[in-house]
Amino acid sequence: MFERVLLKNVDLPDGHLLRTYAAGGGYEALAKVLREHTPDEVVELVKQSNLRGRGGAGFPTGMKWSFVPKQSDKLKYLCCNADEGEPGTFKDRIIMERDPHQLIEGLAVSGYAIGAETAYVYIRGEYVTAIRRLEQAIAEARDAGYLGRGVLGSDFNFDVHIHCGAGAYICGEETAMLESLEGRRAQPRLKPPFPAVAGLYASPTVINNVETLACVPHIVTRGADWFRGIGPDKSPGPKLYCVSGQVRRPGLYELPMGIALRELVEEHAGGTLPGRKVKAVIPGGVSAPVIPEVGLEVGMDFDSLAAVGSMLGSAGVIVVDDTTCMVKVATRIVEFFHHESCGKCTPCREGLNWAVKVLRRIEAGEGTAGDLEQLDMLCNGIFGNTFCALGDGAAMGLRAALKHFRDEFVAHIEERRCPFH
Amino acid sequence: MTMREDIEAVAARYPSRRSAIMPALLIAQREYGHLPGPVLEEVADILGVERIWVYELATFYTLFHTEPVGLFHLQLCDNVSCMLCGAEALLEYLEAALGIGKGETTPDGLFTLDTVECLGACEMAPVMQVGDDYHGNLDVARLKALLKDFRAMAAGQAANPAPASARPAGE
Repeated sequence: MFERVLLKNVDLPDGHLLRTYAAGGGYEALAKVLREHTPDEVVELVKQSNLRGRGGAGFPTGMKWSFVPKQSDKLKYLCCNADEGEPGTFKDRIIMERDPHQLIEGLAVSGYAIGAETAYVYIRGEYVTAIRRLEQAIAEARDAGYLGRGVLGSDFNFDVHIHCGAGAYICGEETAMLESLEGRRAQPRLKPPFPAVAGLYASPTVINNVETLACVPHIVTRGADWFRGIGPDKSPGPKLYCVSGQVRRPGLYELPMGIALRELVEEHAGGTLPGRKVKAVIPGGVSAPVIPEVGLEVGMDFDSLAAVGSMLGSAGVIVVDDTTCMVKVATRIVEFFHHESCGKCTPCREGLNWAVKVLRRIEAGEGTAGDLEQLDMLCNGIFGNTFCALGDGAAMGLRAALKHFRDEFVAHIEERRCPFH
Repeated sequence: MTMREDIEAVAARYPSRRSAIMPALLIAQREYGHLPGPVLEEVADILGVERIWVYELATFYTLFHTEPVGLFHLQLCDNVSCMLCGAEALLEYLEAALGIGKGETTPDGLFTLDTVECLGACEMAPVMQVGDDYHGNLDVARLKALLKDFRAMAAGQAANPAPASARPAGE
């Protein structure tokens, strides 16, 4: 069986406490980097590991860190993206609720590497238990000398603060998150400048996902070669996969990057309920284009999924069985993006409103002959024409549903009813 | 600590007091239950920031309530994973059992019913958040029992029902 590293402690009753984390070798990575490595060496180690960000975009973490200007008289900030609003995704919540010290150690090592003294963890406000557990863990870490002035007797000063979100999916977009942290409505900023140069309070800022930061201590203690030895060369490492929907064993699975989607769904998550078949799988949260059953041999890594027109995204795998109407699924996805559009740009704000109306009409059996072309046109008008990736995510999801399940849309229009009701 | 002291403690974490508006609103909402205009102005005054900045945030983020909500705010997730696991039927049950529609509050002020976007607990879909707690793996029987528990709690006859314990992470 694949060794669980990131989830090693999460099923322990006291996995959230410092004594559990320390008993399993916790904070040894932080002590090691402070004792043996310069910040540049830590950045180089993470580069060597080829860790790619686990928040969705898959950008190389070490490279992102190296963009922070070394010669800057401004304070540097580390921000942890714990907003986790992508439907189908719950991996970061489990880490924060059940092994929060893993994240805190990742923050401290990363803060040391980039030269930050302050980190903000931006957590969605719904995650009350995660917020309480992380608050408790931060207090424990301060008392034990892992945070604060002179961490573990070194000259490294570092502290972590929690910033609670208040219900807006767009905060997962990194520049919108910075706006929200600065006390504004969460609307994305124009890039460049990128956050590494001018981020929080116009200072150099690195923004990493919870899972990305949780990988960092393990890379320090086990080495870059260990990390790079798991999964494909270009997307290595252990990976957390969230599986939900119409499947026997929904849950969080730690497996190598690159595992076949079919193996994940049918073997690890137990496949569908008796008498049903997999119809489709959304592999990376609802932003990731749906894959029909015939495509399930694809490897679950950044490059393999991109090659088949989808994406790893947040690795929020949603399984849809053959009793379910794909028009209904597509409608619900577009409704979500419409609801969460921040309103900054017209194609997203207005285009998604229009698409939702057409989709609801089709699902209700009131679709008309030109509706599918209308939806195609709307996708073309939204994709690539919005400020951030929210509009792109909606358009890609709808395009994939229209491409792979067009017959179901046509059946709704021709039969003037939903065939699944 | 008073609300003002709580807000000052949070504001000390940031180099800009504007950053403390969201945390201050969360503190104020816990204190008052919801955020009517005078409360927004009180938050602005404590932080010494423009009132419009506070209004802008209170009306953008969905967890802030400028109108009162019931003692138990039932927030049923009906996003894709929960929808696939039967959230629609649960909404129908709640509407019938409470005699209200989405966004409404029962005349006795006990329950407000809402649907929400993903709660990030899809492994225990369908899920509902009530106050600080998540209740997962719901079906009509569990909802019925929960409503009974909440009513007993309001009458002072029971403690808060235990939240759903998430299943172990997959092997």
